[in-house]
Amino acid sequence: MTNELTLDKKADTRRLDEMAQGLLGTPMDRPEGVLKVTGKAIYADEERPSNLAYGYLVRATGPIGRIVSTNKDEIAKMPGVVAVIEEADLPRNSVQGATPTAAPTRGDRIDYIGQPLALVVADGFEEARHAAQAMTAVMEADTGLHFDPEAPGASIETPEAKQASQGDLDAAMASAAFTLDEEYHTSSMHSAAMEPHATIAEWKDGKLTMRGAYQMLKFNQKSVSDALDLDLSQIRLLSPFVGGGFGSKLGIAPEAIAAALASKAVGRPVSVAMHRRQVFETTTHRSATKQKVRLAADKDGKLIGVGHDNLVYNLPGEKFSEPTTQATPFTYAGENRVIGHHIARLHRPAAGSVRAPGEAVGATVFEMAMDEMAEKLDLDPIEFRVRNIPDLDPSKGIPFSENRMEAVLRDGAERFGWKHTKPKQRLEDGWWIGTGVAAAVRVNMMSETSARVRLTQDGAVVETDMTDIGTGTYAILTQVAGELLGLPANRVETRLGDSDFPKAFGSGGSVGASSSGTAVYLACMELRQNIAAALGVEETDLTLKDGRAISGNVAKPLTEIVPGEGWSATGTVKGGKAGSLVRQATWGSCFAEVAVNAVTGETRVRRMLGSFAAGRILNEKTAKSQCIGGMTWGLGMALHEELVHDPRDGHMVNRDLAEYHVPANLDVPQIEAHLLMEDRDDWANPVQAKGIGELGISGTGAAVINAIYNACGVRIRSLPGTLDKILAELP
Amino acid sequence: MKSFDYIRATSVAEAVQAGGTGARYIAGGTNLLDLMKLEVMAPDTLIDITRLGLDQIEELDNGGLRIGALVPNADLAADMRVRRGWPVLSRALLAGASGQLRNKATTGGNLLQRTRCYYFYDTAAPCNKREPGSGCAAMEGFNRILGVLGTSDHCIATHPSDMAVAMQVLDAEVEIEGKDGTRRVELDEFYRLPGDTPHIETVLAEGELITAVILPPAPGGKHVYQKVRDRASYAFALVSVACVAKVEGGVLEDISLAFGGLAPKPWRNRAVEDLLKGQAPSEALFEQAAETLLAEAKGHGSNDFKIPLTRRTLVSVLGEATKGAAA
Ligand SMILES: Cc1cc2nc3c(=O)[nH]c(=O)nc-3n(C[C@H](O)[C@H](O)[C@H](O)COP(=O)(O)OP(=O)(O)OC[C@H]3O[C@@H](n4cnc5c(N)ncnc54)[C@H](O)[C@@H]3O)c2cc1C
Ligand code: SF4
Repeated sequence: MTNELTLDKKADTRRLDEMAQGLLGTPMDRPEGVLKVTGKAIYADEERPSNLAYGYLVRATGPIGRIVSTNKDEIAKMPGVVAVIEEADLPRNSVQGATPTAAPTRGDRIDYIGQPLALVVADGFEEARHAAQAMTAVMEADTGLHFDPEAPGASIETPEAKQASQGDLDAAMASAAFTLDEEYHTSSMHSAAMEPHATIAEWKDGKLTMRGAYQMLKFNQKSVSDALDLDLSQIRLLSPFVGGGFGSKLGIAPEAIAAALASKAVGRPVSVAMHRRQVFETTTHRSATKQKVRLAADKDGKLIGVGHDNLVYNLPGEKFSEPTTQATPFTYAGENRVIGHHIARLHRPAAGSVRAPGEAVGATVFEMAMDEMAEKLDLDPIEFRVRNIPDLDPSKGIPFSENRMEAVLRDGAERFGWKHTKPKQRLEDGWWIGTGVAAAVRVNMMSETSARVRLTQDGAVVETDMTDIGTGTYAILTQVAGELLGLPANRVETRLGDSDFPKAFGSGGSVGASSSGTAVYLACMELRQNIAAALGVEETDLTLKDGRAISGNVAKPLTEIVPGEGWSATGTVKGGKAGSLVRQATWGSCFAEVAVNAVTGETRVRRMLGSFAAGRILNEKTAKSQCIGGMTWGLGMALHEELVHDPRDGHMVNRDLAEYHVPANLDVPQIEAHLLMEDRDDWANPVQAKGIGELGISGTGAAVINAIYNACGVRIRSLPGTLDKILAELP
Repeated sequence: MKSFDYIRATSVAEAVQAGGTGARYIAGGTNLLDLMKLEVMAPDTLIDITRLGLDQIEELDNGGLRIGALVPNADLAADMRVRRGWPVLSRALLAGASGQLRNKATTGGNLLQRTRCYYFYDTAAPCNKREPGSGCAAMEGFNRILGVLGTSDHCIATHPSDMAVAMQVLDAEVEIEGKDGTRRVELDEFYRLPGDTPHIETVLAEGELITAVILPPAPGGKHVYQKVRDRASYAFALVSVACVAKVEGGVLEDISLAFGGLAPKPWRNRAVEDLLKGQAPSEALFEQAAETLLAEAKGHGSNDFKIPLTRRTLVSVLGEATKGAAA
């Protein structure tokens, strides 16, 4: 049985609010939590099949250009070495997110320093690593390459489809009572998820099994099929537990294809785990951005013009470019608008999606600009934002499914105890203290997803190839099914991360929870029909709770209703017109209190609080964790994270976690995240839930930067706000 | 990682006997193993020195301390005698690395940890320290964390330790065991400046083992350790200042200063101390001290900010060390 729904209109009921189990939305612990904390959850590179060989990727050290020859033959003779895989079809870098094809291949070229040149396979991991370290290539160097997007002569593309303009912004800027025209920079960043990318590949009877760390099995399987010229039916991907992804595991990474090639070549299972340094270089990272923001406001603080222009980079041949301005077209009002997008083609490692591609850097910078503008207007920055919440999406002229911007700003302000003050008012023990606010906004999307639910006398089993990348998918799908089928959590088992299961979109774009949640909802609604039919009642008259079905004065345990072989139903949700009839987004506010050392310019965040609205919350605990994680990352983007490229050859200089700084425990104060639990978005889907995984990073870092200004009067326009940038302007 | 032989020494004599070219002592391994994985260091033999009984802190007859080379950084920081008599050392240790690392890291290993220069860690980059004569990629590259004092045209690396900066301000000595017996070297003499041989970092001869660090009697006075860094913990010093100061009758009777994050060794400049000694503390005096310290400082682009940062930090530390003592 299948239940398919295309989202063309607003949901007309809120069935989940009529259910009786009381499981959905609760801060239920993750069902797999105990496995994780006891080390029993098996991650990508933990199984040790017999006769396992180890592969280690060889790093191309430059120069960039054509590979003339390698010392492969010598390497093949080194102790323990079983094979040197040096195929032209080794991937150049990770596949981009939601892309069903293979990555660009190595061919006979090295396009960036750090690219995989080959894979050395050996009996032992250290033997493979040692031999890989010894491998070299004779290169014919390219000339005239560029490594800096802003260097004169860098090749810049300005794709027409990515520019937009309405009204006359120049005229608005000329006539406005108040204007802002500033340039901002954000640095390159890497998600560096805790679990490095790894794959164990094994061939049996013409079938390839890959156990790895992947976010989107449906797409990953297709990429593997394209890369290796295999039928989908020959490929099984297993990714039941993923130690963080944040975009870097959306597309399959080079180690996976290399492992599959190697396993085929040596006839043994092969494990390839990346070193942290390889994760930085060969998987995708967030492009640095240069952003120019123009704002024009009338004397009452109403925006009449908004301009947001940006320059990002990527390697030649990569389709992705950081969608920096994704939220700009609809966040604030203003009839005269310009969006500009430029892509520099550089020979730095590949850029791609990192948690909240677009908003993470675009909304953050825009929120920094909004703070500067509020100051020019002498307005409380909250008041300024509220005055500019548009009635309709100002670029498309369509209504919002709901706009909770004011609600979250007011809620956050009240909880934080927000008071608008002038800068440089509080100096305590040699530290300037200040507070800042920023809004957070992230587009909401939907993509095709299926899930199967089997209901037996024992309970329910949910199956989908959706993944849990540490986000809480196991918990929320258990809760959706338990709520609809009237089962306690311990009678629902959720199975994920197996490409043999019904296909989901995967974990990406904050789509996972709402898409797989809706698919499970649809399957369960079908099963409710079965139960109702068996009882001879209408589904709407059915109450399911604690394994019992109740309707009118009949109450029966499910064990007496469900047949021995059980029932199975598949739910499929597809995005439809609802995505274009209305503007769907999620909303947040973030408040920070910082201390800036008056001598050294060091900034420490003392307090951070956020308020978020994302439709129905499926699990209060995992949703809050997402927000807290996002805010922590916002803090890191504001103060610490800076992936440095060597100006001479583009290579990543600080590609380890000792020198690529993310916030340490002591940098992160108590963070409070509050959720608007009563929020429902009927346009989003029949679950009324939207994505929340990326909202927490989509602007929040600006609260820290704005607080720095409020504390010590220094405007940071280039992230991260390290002490050298502050020091230069301190008295 | 290159494969290697492993010897677990059971006595100092055995360890020293086994030492020599191609061999390395391994203590906590928190620096050496990282470097071996990247093949920045590739010893043929590792000599495990963790079971030599060198993990004791003993009081000496003269009131000083003898700190065994294998005393973990965490234990040394927590030792009550150190906290009372040499608090600057305890504070410096606690400002370094992370709790987990301090549990493993040892006194000897900490002194001999290698620079954190990004290019030193990258075997694809030219680096005179790693591969003499290959050049210095940092000079024209990204050098935010590198040195402004005591550097040379061949190398601008910094010594990253916090502990060693405090030991430097405390006039510590290093006790060394070699095939020819025991010797003691002042910490200030222990480290060498890079000149044109940046790969030679100390006066240790091949195979010599550090057995202890000797601290002179507790100096008294006010102890300050200020570490300026890019995040609140788990980051190396951009600049650090260790200060032991005695103010009496409104004048700075005695002062010692050492600096981290600036130079290839824990930096000490006696001229700065002499300038301060016997003077009444004042902002102008402190500025003058900073001027003297930084007279020859040279930035290399991304680390230029260290010069004003050091000036500001030193002035502030001197203010704190002499607070309430003005005549
Ligand atoms: C991420 C990170 C952050 C860090 N942050 C800081 C920081 O903020 N401040 C700071 O000061 N340090 C920091 N450290 C460095 C840390 O303090 C050193 O790694 C540690 O002190 C080294 O001690 P160990 O015993 O582990 O040395 P090992 O790694 O065992 O040895 C280091 C070197 O010393 C030699 N050696 C060791 N003992 C002896 C001996 N007795 N005689 C002769 N040779 C010997 C070894 O052969 C080797 O060459 C950090 C390290 C890491 C990894
Ligand atoms: S500064 Fe020293 S350690 Fe760094 S690259 Fe230059 S020579 Fe090597």
